[in-house]
Amino acid sequence: MANAALADKPAARRGAPKPARGPDWVRWSKPVVLLAGLIPVARLVYGVFGNPDLLGANPAETIEHTTGDWCLYFLLITLSVTPLRRLTGWNWLIKFRRMLGLFAFFYGFIHLMAYLGFDMVFDAEAIVKDIWKRPFVTVGFAALLLMTPLAITSTRGWVLRLGGPRWARLHQLIYVVATLGVLHYWWLVKRDLTWPIIFAAMLAILLGWRVYMKVRKRPSARRAAA
Amino acid sequence: AALAAPRNAAFSVDAEPTPKKLVTGYNNYYEFGTGKYDPAASADQMKTRPWTIEVGGEVEKPQTIDIEALLKMQLQERVYRFRCVEAWSMVVPWVGLEFNQLAKMVGPTSKAKYVKFTTAMQPETMPGLRVPVLDWPYVEGLRIDEAMHPLTLLTLGVYGEILPNQNGAPVRIIVPWKYGFKSVKSIVKIEFVEQQPGTAWNKAAANEYGFYSNVNPNVDHPRWTQKRERALPALFASRQTEIFNGYGDQVASLYAGMDLKSNF
Repeated sequence: MANAALADKPAARRGAPKPARGPDWVRWSKPVVLLAGLIPVARLVYGVFGNPDLLGANPAETIEHTTGDWCLYFLLITLSVTPLRRLTGWNWLIKFRRMLGLFAFFYGFIHLMAYLGFDMVFDAEAIVKDIWKRPFVTVGFAALLLMTPLAITSTRGWVLRLGGPRWARLHQLIYVVATLGVLHYWWLVKRDLTWPIIFAAMLAILLGWRVYMKVRKRPSARRAAA
Repeated sequence: AALAAPRNAAFSVDAEPTPKKLVTGYNNYYEFGTGKYDPAASADQMKTRPWTIEVGGEVEKPQTIDIEALLKMQLQERVYRFRCVEAWSMVVPWVGLEFNQLAKMVGPTSKAKYVKFTTAMQPETMPGLRVPVLDWPYVEGLRIDEAMHPLTLLTLGVYGEILPNQNGAPVRIIVPWKYGFKSVKSIVKIEFVEQQPGTAWNKAAANEYGFYSNVNPNVDHPRWTQKRERALPALFASRQTEIFNGYGDQVASLYAGMDLKSNF
């Protein structure tokens, strides 16, 4: 079975349409985006090993906040790709979407690791209790779990294996992930909801746009069927 | 400015103090913003002179005490553990006098069951006041026996110097066995009262911040455990939190027979 599936793979690959290359500058700007996306984590690594002053009085908190923030930024940026494409016609934007989504996972993963290590000191019993007991931890943890299959199936091979529509449906999980992520932030702050509100508003716009497009499409679809 | 005072070893812990840069750079003082680096960045505009504390309520001799008069009193340095409700901790060399010395000056009557502390409101220097995150002014309270306990320090300095504004200049209270938010900053009013006063954090979220708020590893905050703490600047929260922040020998008797879980 496994061998047959493997044998199928190259054929499937050969048969699939090659994605359009897009403008030349898109290709060489990818490494630039990659490096730019690594700047926040590079700063944290330098802070831990090189210059502790960079991370302030509570380095662990700085690491957790920075990685949590960047995870949310990248989720929102990833969710902006489709609306921006539709509104501007810049179809090359799609070339960056996978990398942006993977950055969200990357920062989310470091965020989780920092929590497990720095906060919980890898105490398994305490971790299970914490995830079970505290809604903001539960939703944050759930968001990262749900992001994992998206990261794994982000490759071209997986798109082909699952088939476009099924792959797209699976990746709609990002709507849930981003919502849980914002909820996680909302529930954890002590008093000042300014930033959670800003994130929630941006998410509402990005998801609301999708709902609006769907609703607007429906009557014409019905007309077509009739 | 220097504010040297002899160390009272009997009331000091043996631990190495947290670096001064952290103590004066990482603060919760919401009047200057909710970020922990906001106070150090913006509190320098605050006016701390002239400064008086209005002391009244159930006392024999209500009076207005000038900060200069307090500075002239016999001060001492005490190295206390400081435990924030957010599960980080420091070790801080404070300079001040026992609060009960101030109480003696006004003579609380038998009706004085609680002490209510009120923080200054300077809208022109405190940008945080524009945001209703708490019911301003910041008010805290102690039971009279807690306030009169020799550990409760009316604090004027830190690290051998006058308190920096972000640490609660010119005068604050330090109650080392309670979570940090009980230790009010920049006090302008002290009232001895009969009823338990409503306090800022308790009013904001009663299920999270109790009136007593004694450091207690057995009572979790709803959003995080209080079993461990991060002794700054450590990365790992590997220090085990002690009941009453390690001051149980001195203060546990204040709560004899009390259920510390319901009276958190």
